[in-house]
Amino acid sequence: MKKTKQLFAGLILMALGLGTAQAEYTLNLMKGVTKVSNDIYDLHMLVLWICVFIGVGVFGTMFYSIYHHRKSRGHKAEQFHENTTVEIIWTIIPTLILIGMAIPATKAMIELDDVQESEMSIKVTGHQWKWEYEYLDNGIHFFSSLDEASNKVRQVGSGMDPRSVPHYLLNVDKPLVIPTKKKIRFVFTSADVIHSWWVPDLGWKKDTNPGFINESWTSVDEPGTYRGQCTELCGKDHGFMPIVVIAMNEPDYNAWVDQQKAAVAAETGSASKQWTNEELIAKGKTVYETSCASCHMPDGTGLAGTFPALKASPVVTGDINAQVKLVFEGKGMMPAFGKMLSAVDFAAVVTYTRNSLGNSVGDSIQPSAIQALQSGTPAADKNE
Amino acid sequence: MSAVVAEHDDHHDHSPAKGLLRWVITTNHKDIGTLYLLFALTMFFVGGAMAMVIRAELFEPGMQFVNPQFFNSMTTMHALVMVFGAVMPAFVGLANWMIPMMIGAPDMALPRMNNMSFWMLVAGVLLLASTLFMEGGAPASGWTLYPPLVLQTGKALPFAIFSVHLLGISSIMGAINIIATIFNMRAPGMTLMKMPMFVWTWLITAFLLIAIMPVFAGAVTMLLTDKFFHTSFFDAAGGGDPVLYQHIFWFFGHPEVYVMILPTFGVASTIIPVFARKPLFGYSSMVYATAAIAFLSFIVWAHHMFTVGMPIAGELYFMYATMLIAIPTGVKVFNWTATMWKGSMTFETPMLFSIAFVVLFTMGGFTGLMMAVAPVDFQYHDTYFIVAHFHYTLVPASVFILMAAGYFWLPKWTGHMYDERIGRLHFWLSVISVNILFFPQHFLGLAGMPRRIPDYAVQFADWNMISSIGGFIFGASQLLFLYIVINTIKGGTGEKVTAEVWEDAAKHSLEWTLPSPPPYHTFTTPPTVIPTEHI
Repeated sequence: MKKTKQLFAGLILMALGLGTAQAEYTLNLMKGVTKVSNDIYDLHMLVLWICVFIGVGVFGTMFYSIYHHRKSRGHKAEQFHENTTVEIIWTIIPTLILIGMAIPATKAMIELDDVQESEMSIKVTGHQWKWEYEYLDNGIHFFSSLDEASNKVRQVGSGMDPRSVPHYLLNVDKPLVIPTKKKIRFVFTSADVIHSWWVPDLGWKKDTNPGFINESWTSVDEPGTYRGQCTELCGKDHGFMPIVVIAMNEPDYNAWVDQQKAAVAAETGSASKQWTNEELIAKGKTVYETSCASCHMPDGTGLAGTFPALKASPVVTGDINAQVKLVFEGKGMMPAFGKMLSAVDFAAVVTYTRNSLGNSVGDSIQPSAIQALQSGTPAADKNE
Repeated sequence: MSAVVAEHDDHHDHSPAKGLLRWVITTNHKDIGTLYLLFALTMFFVGGAMAMVIRAELFEPGMQFVNPQFFNSMTTMHALVMVFGAVMPAFVGLANWMIPMMIGAPDMALPRMNNMSFWMLVAGVLLLASTLFMEGGAPASGWTLYPPLVLQTGKALPFAIFSVHLLGISSIMGAINIIATIFNMRAPGMTLMKMPMFVWTWLITAFLLIAIMPVFAGAVTMLLTDKFFHTSFFDAAGGGDPVLYQHIFWFFGHPEVYVMILPTFGVASTIIPVFARKPLFGYSSMVYATAAIAFLSFIVWAHHMFTVGMPIAGELYFMYATMLIAIPTGVKVFNWTATMWKGSMTFETPMLFSIAFVVLFTMGGFTGLMMAVAPVDFQYHDTYFIVAHFHYTLVPASVFILMAAGYFWLPKWTGHMYDERIGRLHFWLSVISVNILFFPQHFLGLAGMPRRIPDYAVQFADWNMISSIGGFIFGASQLLFLYIVINTIKGGTGEKVTAEVWEDAAKHSLEWTLPSPPPYHTFTTPPTVIPTEHI
């Protein structure tokens, strides 16, 4: 009996979504911040209560029987073993309940599926292990990866306390920013394996399939920061590619767009200046930590059998142009970084690998050279 | 011809071979059943040890013990070992022991193939386990082996695929054997509609196995050719589609989960009437419900893929079809309840485990119904809510019923009684800890924790710690079961058990008309009286 009490207590707690002494965690599904997510929440509660109701009925009958119809209380077994009427009733009633559930479920499904008449579109591309966002209407384009603080703490045996990091594992370096009260269409694809883009407050998740496009939409009413994670196993760092969506009022959003455009212009400007080796190596270190270290390891020793070491690697210590070509175009599991990194970051990280991680080749490559590659040399066009 | 056979018989005493070789060359259904059961029990602990690694890493936020890649290998191997090494072989073991004795047959129809299918299973599982020691590690893509991720596996990939082939062949041979036995070797008077439910559920399960294992073998073979022979079944760059794999996999995968639950239903329908001292309620509706569930299992596969990007018509169809499963499953649960109603129940360990099964499996069924609602599954999918759901339908369902079957038939198999006191202790520890282990995972999933992650945000910390504590208690409690099994084989309580073991059990099924333990060969002449109390 203890077991059932515990179960029922749990079920009821879950049903009521009661806050507990520590309000940090929740027991129930979140309502979210869109109409769709609220519809989904209502549907969830409807089915949950149906289950609780049936459960109380069935388990109640069973435990009544277990208590009263036991041999130790001298109960004599009756020998009935079928009853057509009862059997028909308990086939038909569940069927009716199911029909009752299917109607609102169908409505919600159709609403979720309707991406028509959207006011803007954002393309989301999954990468091992970060997200790429492309605003199809205004050309803003950036990558979003796990924030540096979480990334330090989450290393095996870091000994650091995850509780010391705000939004541990749910924070990124560059969040996705969207305007409120606009129907936004998302298109999803992937550069490598299947990922899945989930922000619980929006009410849904969608898989990103390499070579295919999926669609979904949202319209957020209230400004706020909404967090989620990749939900399709995508390899080693599946647990470390969070999603942060910041919904802003229209004016704030427009200001953000302008700021992004200005930043891109500044970046392009700095690429054309002459960089010293020291500047490149210093910048390359941070790029290495966010873009390379998860596979090639922070100290460049790689992972035997899967990810080659950069330390004393013939590629890294060999001809610099060959290395640039490999990093630019990718190879096997190595992504093509030519389109993923800015010219400055690209030049910096290549220079860094050649002059750090136990290597000391001594040479460097200038961002302007990478810029030339990115603006359409034959080498870069081959993959198109 | 018959004269030759008769003469051959005269020169043989048909007792088991001596020593270890007996177990290698045996064609006796009881010996092979024992081999399967002991192998499954071993793998239960191997897979369990992997689960302990997982729960230890998830005990606290932060990465304490293993690297993320190895963590993924653990979740993958835990699932593969438990499904293909523990639960499925355990039910094949029960089938080997019980089906001939329940239908009054002298042995399985194809005894040599029986031996071969067992040793192929061992080879397959060993091959799978060997991948743990290979360069690049064991497969880490989840037990579903989705491409493109699975193609990033190191040296282990072809070995894992060949191991799936071996396990598939072994399962198919086992299934053919069971069908051949049931169709050809029933005692006179044992009509199909007089067979015990366990035999019925296995008959249906065997057809499922024959239908699905080749599909899975085909899917993984396509992975093999994609990786090594430049095909592009699942690669968009060559005109393929990674989602195609998921359709093929789940066409196998959904019936596969019913392969693990249908025999569970059969054992529950066998045990509950004995301890309620009543016939099973609605025998024929139980048979039809089992067949209906088996049929539905083939047409609902894409409910595992609601978020993969399907046309709305597909989403709706798979939602409706999936909801339908609730009807025959409901019939089963109502029938078990009605079987207990107005019975004269006692609560020995097998009955305790069976009642816990009915309650906790129903909980898993409820969450299954919730997930069937496609738009809501957009939230639940690939979270700990799913992990909680399928563990409720596997651990306190299939595994509990396997425990129940162990307690129920060990006295028959060994001729010794297990220690009821320790059995009950094992039950209570298991049933409480399994809920501490899996119930909080519902909360975690609803609150937003994805599955298959080695580390998590701090708001998930408390329930994860509680879940891990439940896991450690559950894991440790199973050592009691191991102790009981060994102890019972060695003599148990020393009490002499009767042929019936349980009060009036012989009215329910033929195995209780045989001595405990049964002689090496049983029903060399078919029984004349067919028990019908279970109908």
